[in-house]
Amino acid sequence: MDGLSGEIWQPVRLTIELAAITTVILLIVGTPIAWWLARSKAWWKEGVASIVALPLVLPPTVLGFYLLVVLGPDGPGGLLASLWGGRTIAFTFQGLVVGSVLYSMPFVVQPIRNAFAAIGDRPLEVAATLRASPRRAFWTVAIPLARPGFLAGAVLGFAHTVGEFGIVLMIGGNIPGKTKVLSVAIFDYVETSQWREANILAGGMAVFAFAVILTMTLIEKRVARINA
Amino acid sequence: MKPTTILRLAGAVAFLCLAEANAFAAQTNVAVAANFTDAAKEIAAVFHQKTGHEAVLSFGSSGQFYSQIMQDAPFQIFLSADNERPKKLVDDGLGVAESRFTYAVGKLVLWSKTPDLVKGEETLKTASFAKLSICNPVAAPYGAAAVEAMKSLKVYDTLQPKFVEGANITQAFQFVQTGNAELGFVALSQLTGNDSGSRWLVPQRLYTPILQEAVLLKKGASNEAATAFITFLKGPEARAIIEKYGYEVGEQS
Repeated sequence: MDGLSGEIWQPVRLTIELAAITTVILLIVGTPIAWWLARSKAWWKEGVASIVALPLVLPPTVLGFYLLVVLGPDGPGGLLASLWGGRTIAFTFQGLVVGSVLYSMPFVVQPIRNAFAAIGDRPLEVAATLRASPRRAFWTVAIPLARPGFLAGAVLGFAHTVGEFGIVLMIGGNIPGKTKVLSVAIFDYVETSQWREANILAGGMAVFAFAVILTMTLIEKRVARINA
Repeated sequence: MKPTTILRLAGAVAFLCLAEANAFAAQTNVAVAANFTDAAKEIAAVFHQKTGHEAVLSFGSSGQFYSQIMQDAPFQIFLSADNERPKKLVDDGLGVAESRFTYAVGKLVLWSKTPDLVKGEETLKTASFAKLSICNPVAAPYGAAAVEAMKSLKVYDTLQPKFVEGANITQAFQFVQTGNAELGFVALSQLTGNDSGSRWLVPQRLYTPILQEAVLLKKGASNEAATAFITFLKGPEARAIIEKYGYEVGEQS
């Protein structure tokens, strides 16, 4: 068990790192997008919303294929990589972060957008009559009121990144410690008939998924109670 | 749901069932090791022309198919990229013993899209590249052969940090084709009709011959199309196609 635990824990640690970094980036990038989607009256905003939501419908292989081309030496990724003497962003941890951010975006943006929309104009108008600047109102009124949305977005974004498989398989290259995340490690174990290891990881994932769904349900219940 | 919608759905289901039943009479499911993809497609097309039977092909790594067949996957024939897995399947009682035979001997190539990058074994020894693509050495025989060849040349340890691994040989090829890896070990068959870049046919002395064996699975033992496909695969037409794709064929049976 000891000989095996190192090999098993590495993908677990890597997956948690990937999911955590992705979630933080998504909260930073996703919040302004969600705010704009919730508040803007631009006629083309649903177009933007649809683009953000694309990964919900697209097979991961579509994103994986595009990323392989875009991150590679003939695309912008290769140009970026050449800054530090690299050749491609595929097969790197950073490449996985790029893929995960795109792939998990709707799972973070959607709940935050809904939370912002649910606040409505009223609290912000009240804040304005109390002479709060729009910026101040955003930080002291909108963000605290939308907290359940942020929580839900963070949990879903994290969980969805943990569960990512198709994209990582296509752009990862299965490098231990860099791109061999949990889902790929399980695939690998199954392909190579190492079922004991596959079982340990798969069982862990099942427990994790259960915990995530339960947490989400509890958050929703709490929100419903607050709103009632 | 509206009644008309239900009717329409029922119609669609009935249609699909009929289509399934119709096709079933002369159809066989074949699991094909990824390196044999193009050759298998061509063989299946000629097979269909000559016999009217249809071979439905699935492509993947040999290891993946082995695991799936062990779990009762509905394959009737397995074209592996090695001879160990078909043998194990026979030992496990899932394959028909006397049906095993070598349908092709695979050739390993080191390939790059960049002209002049691959010159020979010195390319591996100087190692002036960032990423070398191989396929999973545990699941895919071409990956195992690549590892063996690098070990024979005593470059495995220095090159290992540069590996990127495809789940099967098709993916290893695609990493090189998209330029994400400068070079990689692929199957000669994948370069059929492709003169681009630079390549080195890895000498046979550096790795154990890749004896690709076919086996009729118990699920296909009584299927007319399956037995016909095995027979066809041994015949001159199939052998000509296999040779065209850069394989050697075993002795005439």
